[in-house]
Amino acid sequence: MEMSTAPHAQFRETLADSGLQDAIYSATGRLMEKRLATIRPDVLPDYQELRERAGALKKLAIENLDYYLEQFESNVEARGGRVVWCRDAGEAAEFLVKLAREKDARLLTKVKSMTTEEIGLNEHLQQHGLEAVESDLGEFIVQLARSRPYHIVAPALNLTRYDVADLFTRTLGVERETVPENQTKIARRVLREKFLAADIGISGANFLVADSGAVVLVTNEGNGRMCTTLPRVHVAVAGIEKLIPRAQDLAVFLKLLGRSATGQPLTVYTSFLAGPRRANEADGPGEFYVLLLDNGRSRLLADREKRQSLYCIRCGACLNHCPVYRKIGGHNYPWVYSGPIGTVISPQFLGIAHDPWLPFASSLCGACAEVCPVKIDLPKLILELRGEVVKAQSREGASRLERLGFRVWSWLMRRPKLYELAGMMGSLVLSGSGDGKWLRGVPFPLSAGPLKAWTSVRDLPPLPSRSFRQMWRTRQAGSR
Amino acid sequence: MPARVSLFVTCIVDQLFPEVGLAAADVLERIGYTVDFPEKQTCCGQPAFNTGYRDEAREVACHCLEVLAGADYVVVPSGSCASMITHHYDELFARDPARLEAVRRLKPRVWEFSKFLLEVAGVEDVGARYDGVVTFHDSCHGLRELGIKEGPRRLLGRVQGLTLREMDIPEECCGFGGTFSVKFPSISGGMSRTKIESIVKTGADAVVGVDASCLLQLRGALSRDGLPIRALHLAQVLAAH
Repeated sequence: MEMSTAPHAQFRETLADSGLQDAIYSATGRLMEKRLATIRPDVLPDYQELRERAGALKKLAIENLDYYLEQFESNVEARGGRVVWCRDAGEAAEFLVKLAREKDARLLTKVKSMTTEEIGLNEHLQQHGLEAVESDLGEFIVQLARSRPYHIVAPALNLTRYDVADLFTRTLGVERETVPENQTKIARRVLREKFLAADIGISGANFLVADSGAVVLVTNEGNGRMCTTLPRVHVAVAGIEKLIPRAQDLAVFLKLLGRSATGQPLTVYTSFLAGPRRANEADGPGEFYVLLLDNGRSRLLADREKRQSLYCIRCGACLNHCPVYRKIGGHNYPWVYSGPIGTVISPQFLGIAHDPWLPFASSLCGACAEVCPVKIDLPKLILELRGEVVKAQSREGASRLERLGFRVWSWLMRRPKLYELAGMMGSLVLSGSGDGKWLRGVPFPLSAGPLKAWTSVRDLPPLPSRSFRQMWRTRQAGSR
Repeated sequence: MPARVSLFVTCIVDQLFPEVGLAAADVLERIGYTVDFPEKQTCCGQPAFNTGYRDEAREVACHCLEVLAGADYVVVPSGSCASMITHHYDELFARDPARLEAVRRLKPRVWEFSKFLLEVAGVEDVGARYDGVVTFHDSCHGLRELGIKEGPRRLLGRVQGLTLREMDIPEECCGFGGTFSVKFPSISGGMSRTKIESIVKTGADAVVGVDASCLLQLRGALSRDGLPIRALHLAQVLAAH
């Protein structure tokens, strides 16, 4: 019953790579521990109330998105900035290329942004002869490796410092350096020149504040400030779901984001960017744009239940706590968003036919929902998507065998006598050797499908000669 | 006239681990309940529900609702199956007012085994004796949907001769996940190995849980790896004396 289109060989490859397994497990484990240390009841007694509040605020924003978007736009414009509405990746890239031409810009520096990863912005810009340089250390590494982020918050989580040493030597021509602090110095040297020479700075947005027209960025490395204040032009690229109603709501969100993401009460820098440099200000960009991206989000809005996927603030906590992510890592997911949130939003953005196996790649353990700071019911959404896949596949005639299996199962489960009989027949075939030892394999023709999959990694219990109901009858007869 | 409880043993216990059902009945009788077994019961419908086959799940859930309708108390030796009835039937019958009403009537009478002992029977010491070191595995649905955390530990704490040694990751999923276990065997198997490593580190000679499905997964992997650690349902430990 292995799902035919899932990349099982890739899963096995990742699982067999013990170095990679250690890297994923220890990095996510550290993030889990740090998170737990900052939300403990003695340090943050109102953690659960904050989650409630954050979920409610996101709900308010998403249910009234039209209103808040317009309010945001007029406030950005009142501060001398401009809002650019983009339907998809193409429109976003087109605007930036045109802007770069107008400004005679060649070099763009970037703050870490999953939204620009989502639309493949760097590749688009490159095709038009523009150089976009990632300035977050992790993203810088990922860009040098010509790879894609392994994790929403920690893009180079899969690479060790030795991998980075080799990469720097190969791509930057520096001597091999394995001490992380010194590697950072190398990156800093390279990036410093880029910051000074850049014409346009591109950032994402952690929050867009409707009542003040501000873009809020949380960063740790200072690169965010370099990118958003040094170049002549700053463009923030953000999905429309990043809206929050009021500046005062940040008191809730900022308390949760740093803690959930990296186990920091607050990140090192929290930047509130609203409009270009004003007459009495010494620095800041001369022009300020907010590029509001739809790229499928308004389609998600239409679904009453699943629109809660848009509450996500991209903290990555659900990835760190997901036992599946911790096994298969980030690159085995079909899109830039991995882990439970990727499992939920990828099918909605790309269409469920794109990777019908994805919603099934979860044990439904619920760890994700437990840690989500905005209380997205991820397991529930995964279940809904499973239902949608099954419906779509039955229309297309796919998974016929599985459907038949569940039809037979349902029929049998409503006929207790036949169910009992089927069990008895099963126990004849799978009785084992009688010594109670579990089975390493099963005889033909059962040695296919689910039982084959089961015994590929585990033993199977021999079926007892009598089921509970049969034993119960004997027990009751004896006690009378 | 002692209170009567109906056992809903679950299909896994019925077909694979009848000893778990018998142990649950023994414990309940020992503390003074009359136990019956509604013979027409089969499955709660969870396998289909969790695999996206809502219609089939609903059909089987209808059957389950009918079978359990007359019970005073339903005791289920599984957090996951109990939670299917108490937390997911609502959704399944959202558009069927009559059955939704039946669900509302049934829900407060459905109890996972350890919760029943503590919260209905009010018994912590069931007079059990088990000589050995055990570790406790928190089953996901029991833990996160029913809030089963300290209860089984309190029950185990009153078992004579038993030492409970906690894992470093008691709350991490064993990797079973129903059809996930056969749709993604390599990931599921990997998850069980992480859990087993943590079990082995405790030095326990048995891992105890409240869901036979987790124990099926863990025991299957322990057996494949040649590790002589037992996987026992809480009811089996509490029945021992």
